Amino acid sequence: MKAAFEVNGESVEVDVEPRLSLADCLRDVLGLTGTHLGCEHGVCGACTVIVDGQAVRSCLTLAVQADGERITTVEGLSPEAGLSPLQAAFRKHHALQCGFCTPGMVTTAHALLSEEPDADADRVREVLSGNICRCTGYVPIVEAVLEARAAYRKMEGES
Amino acid sequence: MKFPAFDYAAPDSLDEAVALLAAHGEDAMVLAGGQSLMPILAFRMAAPSLLVDLKKVPALDRIDIGAEGVTLGARSRWCDIERHAGLAAAHPLLAEATRHIAHYQIRNRGTVGGSLALADPAAELPGVAVACDALLTLAGPGGERHVAAAEFFLGPMTTAIAPDEILTAVHFPAWPENRRWAFQEFARRKGDFALAGVALHYDLDAQGRARDMRIGVIGASDRPHRLHAAEATMNGSAVDAATIAAAAAAASTEVSPMEDHHAPADYRRALVATLVERALQEAAS
Amino acid sequence: MSAPNRLIGSALERVEDLRLLRGRGQFVADINRPDQLHAAFLRSAVAHGMLRGVDAAEALSLDGVHAVLTARDLGSPMPLLPIRLQPLPELEPFCQPMLADEKVRYVGEPVAVVIADSSAIAEDALDLIAVDIDPLPAITNRDQAEAAGTLLFPEHGSNVSMRWNAVKGDADAAFEAADYTRRETFTVQRHAALFMEPRGFVAEWDTDAEKLSVWGAAKVAFANRKILAATMGLERDQIDMIEGDVGGSFGSRGEFYPEDFLIPFAARHLGRPVKWVEDRREHLMAANHARQIECDVEIAATRDGKILALRGTNWTDNGAYIRTNGSIAPRNAAQFMSGAYDIEHIRLTSYSLTTNKTPTGTYRGPGRFEPDFVRERLIDLMAKDLGLDPLDVRRRNLVPADKMPYPLATMTPFESVTSLDSGDNHALLDRCLAEFGWDEKVALQGQCIDGRYHGVSVGCFIEGGAAGPSEDARIVLESDGSFAVYLGSAGVGQGIETIMGQIAGDALGVPFERVRVHYGSTAYVAEGFGSFHSRSTVMGGSAIVLAAEALLEKLRPIAAAALGCALDAVVFDEEGARDADGKAVAFDALSDAPVSAEARFENKKYTYSYGSLAAHVAVDPKTGQVDVLDIASTKDVGRMINPATLNGQSVGSIVQGLGGTLLEEFVYDSEGQLLTGTLADYLLPTATDFPNIRSTVLELAPSPHNPLGAKGAGEGEIIPVGGVIANAVAQALAGFGVEPMALPLSPPNVWRMLQEAIP
Repeated sequence: MKAAFEVNGESVEVDVEPRLSLADCLRDVLGLTGTHLGCEHGVCGACTVIVDGQAVRSCLTLAVQADGERITTVEGLSPEAGLSPLQAAFRKHHALQCGFCTPGMVTTAHALLSEEPDADADRVREVLSGNICRCTGYVPIVEAVLEARAAYRKMEGES
Repeated sequence: MKFPAFDYAAPDSLDEAVALLAAHGEDAMVLAGGQSLMPILAFRMAAPSLLVDLKKVPALDRIDIGAEGVTLGARSRWCDIERHAGLAAAHPLLAEATRHIAHYQIRNRGTVGGSLALADPAAELPGVAVACDALLTLAGPGGERHVAAAEFFLGPMTTAIAPDEILTAVHFPAWPENRRWAFQEFARRKGDFALAGVALHYDLDAQGRARDMRIGVIGASDRPHRLHAAEATMNGSAVDAATIAAAAAAASTEVSPMEDHHAPADYRRALVATLVERALQEAAS
Repeated sequence: MSAPNRLIGSALERVEDLRLLRGRGQFVADINRPDQLHAAFLRSAVAHGMLRGVDAAEALSLDGVHAVLTARDLGSPMPLLPIRLQPLPELEPFCQPMLADEKVRYVGEPVAVVIADSSAIAEDALDLIAVDIDPLPAITNRDQAEAAGTLLFPEHGSNVSMRWNAVKGDADAAFEAADYTRRETFTVQRHAALFMEPRGFVAEWDTDAEKLSVWGAAKVAFANRKILAATMGLERDQIDMIEGDVGGSFGSRGEFYPEDFLIPFAARHLGRPVKWVEDRREHLMAANHARQIECDVEIAATRDGKILALRGTNWTDNGAYIRTNGSIAPRNAAQFMSGAYDIEHIRLTSYSLTTNKTPTGTYRGPGRFEPDFVRERLIDLMAKDLGLDPLDVRRRNLVPADKMPYPLATMTPFESVTSLDSGDNHALLDRCLAEFGWDEKVALQGQCIDGRYHGVSVGCFIEGGAAGPSEDARIVLESDGSFAVYLGSAGVGQGIETIMGQIAGDALGVPFERVRVHYGSTAYVAEGFGSFHSRSTVMGGSAIVLAAEALLEKLRPIAAAALGCALDAVVFDEEGARDADGKAVAFDALSDAPVSAEARFENKKYTYSYGSLAAHVAVDPKTGQVDVLDIASTKDVGRMINPATLNGQSVGSIVQGLGGTLLEEFVYDSEGQLLTGTLADYLLPTATDFPNIRSTVLELAPSPHNPLGAKGAGEGEIIPVGGVIANAVAQALAGFGVEPMALPLSPPNVWRMLQEAIP
């Protein structure tokens, strides 16, 4: 079955089994392996991608459902070289250890701060509660997201 | 954990969707946000031959607020409700209960229809629906029919929806001014299904006594239901420490909670009493 | 270490973050080989039974299915999963077959492997395989195991696989003479490491070269290569184990499991690359479980609170088989019952029980988290009985700095003697209390505020690290003047690429950017021991220090020749070598060919880190909910390489400990079915659960056993969490007389204690 959508600014058309998840499509068909699968039943959040501006679990979405949508993965949030302000804040605060949950944290935090650049610590924690990290204990992740707010406020001011 | 094989259709109209269901019978399942259905498929607890995606069916994502109440299209999502400017004023209990549902990403896809149709006994919206005498709209080959929430939920994942029917909307009757209400639930972690929860509302008569008390409970049975005995202790009485205690006691005896690995039955029974007590205190304050 | 301290001790941002944050990490699921097939495992749905037959005919007829392997295909004798750590011959009868033959012994045990064109087709085929099992009664608890009405291994004659003894002094005599004794039974529930990246392998057999490549190696690649070679009938040098980015281990990932054999076996069998990535459901029943224990322990003390002796018995529920490191928790639970405390007389016995549950292995702080809960609870119970302040009792009984080295109880079998090396328990306790704000918070002890009861507690712990025997490092000066460091240690997410680069940079006296660290894969060095027992930094780091010294000595004559000076006139700096007159030659001009030096750091003495942890909780008596309002910890690691990664280990470790104390539990029913087989049922900590965690890491007492002075520090703070939280809950609910004797302190369990305490 065919589906056409946009990934990280590029139009793609795929011909896949209806049962293929968006996550598997991104990873195995399109080679975007930054999107990780940690549970495949919608709990861990590692597979979070941004669909039309909203963070969603790509393991609970079918590739064919993405027809006509605009998708952003962690690769699409990464500058050509170096790190985005959000990614740099993660690095500065040591907000990742093994790094497996990290793409989902970055996409989720990006979606949040794009809409709510003034989110407070409670809101950040609430939003990130759908992403499981086993290494960090979350404290540095929250610090990193709070620090990154400044960059999103600036972007908002400029746009 | 890969999904079992199925066909996929995204019809453009409700009639087409109903026709597909009618043609495939119980082998077809309706897909909306997929946030409850897809995990079921991932665990291969169901193996439909066809998924009928409602994404293109018009008007299912509507949120209508009017004099007669609030109507939510089946495809309206938790994030839509959360962001809707007028909903918190039009139906504060519904808005508050919605805040407890799932996590950020799930809320961006999860729908009203999915929650009602898949009927998890601990899901929030079904509890609000029974507490508020909500009316559900089902579309089938013969047209529309309406089912009261009290008759809709038949057990875990079991509802009054026929295999060839689609839940299209849920209607909550108008919310009078000055209505007293509260929503209380207890979950192990933020966003988890609750071990138990209570949605209640009542009005006050001229003498300050409670009337039309409605208490819906979730997580305390195989389906959401009202706590009629607890309601009866309150109707016609002042809402004070003594009546609240009596209602909580009544609640704990009229539930028949399930026992599972999350909590034993007597714990859930006591928890329902605590939540009824706290909800009534909150509503009265 | 003679090198200047420029990189070591600095909170350098990690090198690995640059790829991981951009989604450019290379985890095993990201590896694909041309022409690869995919595997899925048929796992037993029955906890205990005789396996009569497996009929795969229908599965084989499914389009896209290439093979279904069962025990018959593995040859005879059936290869067994060997024991890596402390391989006692007594435990061999309990080793797991790579595929179930004759019998199944737990739900989740691999029975067959399907190889197909895709993982979806392989999973479709699982439903078409008919398995014929005659069920046997399931052994799911200690009583059933000891009653021995049903035996998992009838030829052994008992469900007790092993007995360990920890002995010091004369415990019975001490008890005889003691003013005070108290005996209690404690239990810790089954939970697990639950690293976030599921396990996985891609295996490829090169028929012409007769070489096997295995992607997905982790933790102990060299040991696993040895096992794989032996079980597949290959020489070690026929196998390359390749490590990419690894999404956490915490003791569990990287141990050899049946799948570690079955995927390479299938690849050779079919002559095509085979890929398998574990799904979360199978992870929950296939990867090692941990922690389940019952402890019947007695404490003896003088009436003024000097602890004299501990004695008692532990029973660990080891599940259906003894796996690679299955003996560590039961043995440690006996040896580390005394923890950081000066206890002269000890007699403890641990029995490991076989049951029809997932086999167990190590999980961060194995056999340390559990006895810490027991001992810290006993100390508080004793203080209460004697009318003493639990803080004073701890101060009174901690091993004082001047008593170190201080011997722990001696273990048999696999006799091992170990001593607390160097540290100041009292200073760490005092610092912890200060960081925590003990004096203000203790005023809330037992008070009810807005319906919740408040309690505070503090506990002290030790963390063993740096298991031997050795680690190898090789450093190569490349012709471009950069240094390549090759290491036998493994990366499991702890940031060793950065940490080892810091050590190497300082040891060589060159900038961080000039060093590249390569680790984890068997192709880099001749031998390696990997990452467990908090050993990488100490063992691998020390090997780097030695290799750097060796390399500089090798470069000295080369530099002397280039500079035309005497050997002892050569001075190395950041850029290269120079002589006394300031004449210089850069590293990239020293040699056209790479210059390499190798070194091995050998060490048989464990390092010990010391610390304290304090917690403030509030308990809702109606729901049983325990809220953790604040935690502060201190730990002395001897020498910090990177304070940021170290602090990250501490905070992460504490939150894992809180998961094990309050949330996480594998629940089985009486049939041996796992009821918590999803992440909606097995509750991991999330971002909203424990917002206030603070750790302070110090460098007070360098280790005398290695050139860095560093101590293992990857596990520490998880160890005291269960005991401290349980004591804080007991303090909060002291008015009700609640005394927790079991974990987890879940809302239903706390509520139950209150129901039973309220008359």
